[in-house]
Amino acid sequence: MIMVLDLFTIVAVSLGLVLFLAGVVGLLRLPDPLSRLHALTKADNLGLGLVILGLLAQVDWPFGALKLIALWVLVVVSGSVAGQLLASTQHDLLDTAPARVPDQSADRSQSQR
Amino acid sequence: MNAAIDLGLFADLVIAVSVAGLALWLVLTRERFRAVVGFMVYGLFVALAWMRLGAPDVALTEAAIGGGLVGLLLLGASARVPPEPAATTRRWPLHLTAALLSAVVAAGLAAAVLALPEPAPSLAGTVADALPATKVDNPVTAVLMAFRAVDTLFETVVLVLALIAFWSLVPDRAWRERPAWLPSPRPAPALVLLARLLPPLGVLVAVHLFWIGTSQPGGKFQAGALLAALWALTMIAGLTRPPAADRRLPRLLAVIGPAVFFAIGLAGIWLAGDFLAYPTGLEKPLILVIEAVLMISVAVALGLILAGLPPAAAALSTQDHQGGAGAPREPRS
Repeated sequence: MIMVLDLFTIVAVSLGLVLFLAGVVGLLRLPDPLSRLHALTKADNLGLGLVILGLLAQVDWPFGALKLIALWVLVVVSGSVAGQLLASTQHDLLDTAPARVPDQSADRSQSQR
Repeated sequence: MNAAIDLGLFADLVIAVSVAGLALWLVLTRERFRAVVGFMVYGLFVALAWMRLGAPDVALTEAAIGGGLVGLLLLGASARVPPEPAATTRRWPLHLTAALLSAVVAAGLAAAVLALPEPAPSLAGTVADALPATKVDNPVTAVLMAFRAVDTLFETVVLVLALIAFWSLVPDRAWRERPAWLPSPRPAPALVLLARLLPPLGVLVAVHLFWIGTSQPGGKFQAGALLAALWALTMIAGLTRPPAADRRLPRLLAVIGPAVFFAIGLAGIWLAGDFLAYPTGLEKPLILVIEAVLMISVAVALGLILAGLPPAAAALSTQDHQGGAGAPREPRS
């Protein structure tokens, strides 16, 4: 049983770390701010979710697990708000500089998750 | 076992190299905004270093105050100081002198650390022996609130002095106006939602941090910093309005902590025989009372400093810097 739990933790945390890595690669390599934001928020939500899912198997059930889940919910909420704020700031910037408007409607719908 | 030690060493190495590298980058970077963001990340890494050194109390304080609140203050300040004049040519002697002095200080510190006898002198044993007398389980809280209470008392007074010094920047004619640095001109709906969702949870976490401070890492400073950050968030989102400097209640709350601490300390002269001595049997309740009022004072003082200055003051100081020429910059007001 312990071994199964450990295996579950290793698999889930590793998957989460792969998502974080993908998010960082996206942050560094993608061409425009909205796509970078898109890559980063995925890593935050899903990557951290998987890491926490993996760690749930290692903590004592009622309170340790609830703390971890609360942590994830807090990061998801603040991450979405921060993403929203960054995206709308970027949107305003694009609005005031109409010369370099790429395809912003498509970018925005992607970044909204 | 061996692998675990190596992993720990690897983590220490990564943190140490990151802290040193970030510090160097912070000093060398030309752009003010980048430097401030870098400073916040630097605070986070320093907090991790304190965790690795087994000092979670210091780590919490560093993350909350060093990384968070000071970063926010620097961010506000960096948006308001007028842009630097074009780089003058004769700056390098100054930079070289600063670098040399810093290197001397660093070398001196390193020499002092390396010259420590083995085992290093420590008061930890004495603290552990005397801990039961304070009825507090967290040795850090015991040191701060009992063995070294006079230091803590004056630290909290320093915070009030900082607020007074900050308010001394408000010109007389703006004295009755509300600070205007934080409120966003048109707060985004998502931000308003966050400012409504977080405070109830945040207050709960702050009270938890304060309450477990007697037995586990946590305490008034961390809790107060958290409350101040929540207050700042609601001020940014426009849910609460920052009070003007002439309001009685915020002023009272900002000094109530040090005042109660001082009063209990003075009462100790008669009740327990010495300044800041606690009467036997009342140690823990008194420490809790002091921590509670100090938490409120820390939160209010930090929040009032974060709230900034009234708009007239900002306009005035900008005009002063630019010799009265040019329109006052009002980025957020």
